[in-house]
Order: sequence, then structure tokens, then C-alpha cells
Amino acid sequence: MCQACGCGDSNVVPVALNERILAANDRAARHNREHFRDREVRAINLMGSPGAGKTAVLEATARALGRGAKVGVLAGDLATDNDAQRIRAAGLVAESITTGTACHLDAAMIHKGLHRMPQWRTFDYLFIENVGNLVCPAVYDLGQDVNVVALSVTEGEDKPLKYPTMFQKADLVLLTKIDLLPHLPDVSIAGIRANLSIVMPVPRMMMVSARTGDGIDRWVRWLEALRVPRATAHVVGAL
Amino acid sequence: MHEYSIVQALFDQIGDAARSHGAVAVRRVRVQIGEIAGVDVELLRTAYDLFRVRTLCDAAPIDIESVAARWTCPDGHGDIERGCALVCPSCARPARLAAGDEIVLTQLELEVP
Repeated sequence: MCQACGCGDSNVVPVALNERILAANDRAARHNREHFRDREVRAINLMGSPGAGKTAVLEATARALGRGAKVGVLAGDLATDNDAQRIRAAGLVAESITTGTACHLDAAMIHKGLHRMPQWRTFDYLFIENVGNLVCPAVYDLGQDVNVVALSVTEGEDKPLKYPTMFQKADLVLLTKIDLLPHLPDVSIAGIRANLSIVMPVPRMMMVSARTGDGIDRWVRWLEALRVPRATAHVVGAL
Repeated sequence: MHEYSIVQALFDQIGDAARSHGAVAVRRVRVQIGEIAGVDVELLRTAYDLFRVRTLCDAAPIDIESVAARWTCPDGHGDIERGCALVCPSCARPARLAAGDEIVLTQLELEVP
């Protein structure tokens, strides 16, 4: 007899599946990754809270890289084109992906975004500026090479512990707005590092200020290390 | 609130499985959600209950099995204690996530004619 509701129906069969629910997204992400590898484009998924300084980091990165690299940006934004406009003003190629109410980008959105930006094939770097959110974007593989999380010094030391999924998936944490540290006597950099070590197996953090340019040179060197041919590539650690 | 998009993906999978088995209804859905998968179990349940009305899953409750996060030494020196740095205390190698990131449809109970 049917165990679920006692209806007497004997034709209820258990079917074992054991499939990832996001298998369709994973397939789309693999497809994107193959495209990026074929064209030797390094794809960087840049995540972080709203206001963590993701767009400002990209503006500073554009200034620092100058003509040394071809860079494009797919900017996820709930409702506006503001981020892409800022990035274009900084001299980079940028397209918005307006997500409406969706709190994250998924692999299919990236694929569609690439169709609207055919010059991506010539890029050295494709930055994917994810929707400002420390929860949802971490769940979706986009086909990126690396995940970078921007965490601003004003957000509090315990963010890594509150959002372990996001930080666990980060290859690098950019601690942003460090020019504000003199005004924040209670923020402990050692505390942030200790919390990262509890959620990241290989905790890597770099301190940057997009405003003053502090630390941006090290971030750019980290990016340049990603361009080492893939067979011999390694990700440089934060010092 | 990506739980809604996860439920949409779940319904796509359930629809595929039901079609391939010739099922007329789903009687139960079992999923596993890891502690650090980034999915809120209660939100997932709410989203599922909203979506299932007048679908194949109308009479199918969802069983959500939560899976605790477990980090372990890649060289077999055992698990990392909760709340500690994610390096092996014996060999200092970075820990590997052994469990806790599951977002998995494990089993369906299908009503077949």
C-alpha cells in the first residue's frame, strides 16, 4: 500500500536519481568555460555585497592595466545600467546584464551576455561583476577561472563567518577601501584574516584602495599571473 | 532568494524523470541540502510548496535532508574540528570539503499507471 497517504495505490515506485539540482547550470557553465579556454580569455567572477566597491575596483584595474591588456566586463545589475556606464567611462568594454528581480547571475545569462559582446574573444580578461549579494551568487558556477570576493573594511570582521559559502568559494578576497582604516579604529585586520582561515582552506587576502591606488599593483600582478599558459599556471598567493 | 530558481530547476528535473518513467504524478520528493551549499532549507520548502500546486507534485511532500559540513585532511589525517582553521593540524595541508555542499535531488516516488 502507498506509504505516502494510505490511498491504497500500489503503483508508487521509488526512483533513485542523485543528480545535482543545478545540473543544467553546471552544463551551461562548462560550455562557457570551454569558450574561455579556447580563446585564452581569463574569466574572473567578482562578487561582494552591494557597495563593497566592485565597480571601483574595476575602474582602478582599468587605470592600472592601461593598454597592457584587453579587458571587458559583464556587469550584473538588478535594475540599472549605471555600473556598465561607469566602467565604459573608465575605458573598458562593458555590457549590462539586467537581472530584474534575480539576485544572482547564472551561466545562461553569461552566455547571452557574450553574444551581445562578440569582441570578448579578443580579451585577455573578462570580468563578470556579479549582483551585489553575499549569498546567492556563490551557488552558481558561471564558467569562470577564479572567484574574487570584494569585502570592504566597513562591513565588519564577521562577514566571512556569516557568509561561509561565499568565502569558501573565493580564490582571493580583496579587502577594499583600506584608505578608510584610519577612521575605523575597531576594525582588526588580524581578525578578518583569522575569520577567513576558518572558512577558506587557502585564505588569500589582498588589501586595496581603489581611491588611492594602494595595493592595486599587487592585485594587477595577481591578475597577470593568471595569464601564464594554463599548462604551467599557478595562482600567486597573497604575501 | 535564489531558492525560487533552485525550485524551478528542481521542477525541470522532476518533469524529465516523470516523463521518462511514464509517471502520472509524483508522491514524494527527497533532496539533500548541505550546510554550506548556500541554500536556506526553510525558504526552499516554502518555494517548493508554492510552486507545486496544480503540478505533477501537487500531492508530493518534500523531504529535505540537511548535510553537515565536514572538512578533512586530503592526506587522511582525519577531520578538521568545527570552528578551527581549515588546515590539517598534523600536516598543515589545506583541508578538503568532504560533505556539506550538496544541492541534490536524491529520490522521487512516482505514481505510474
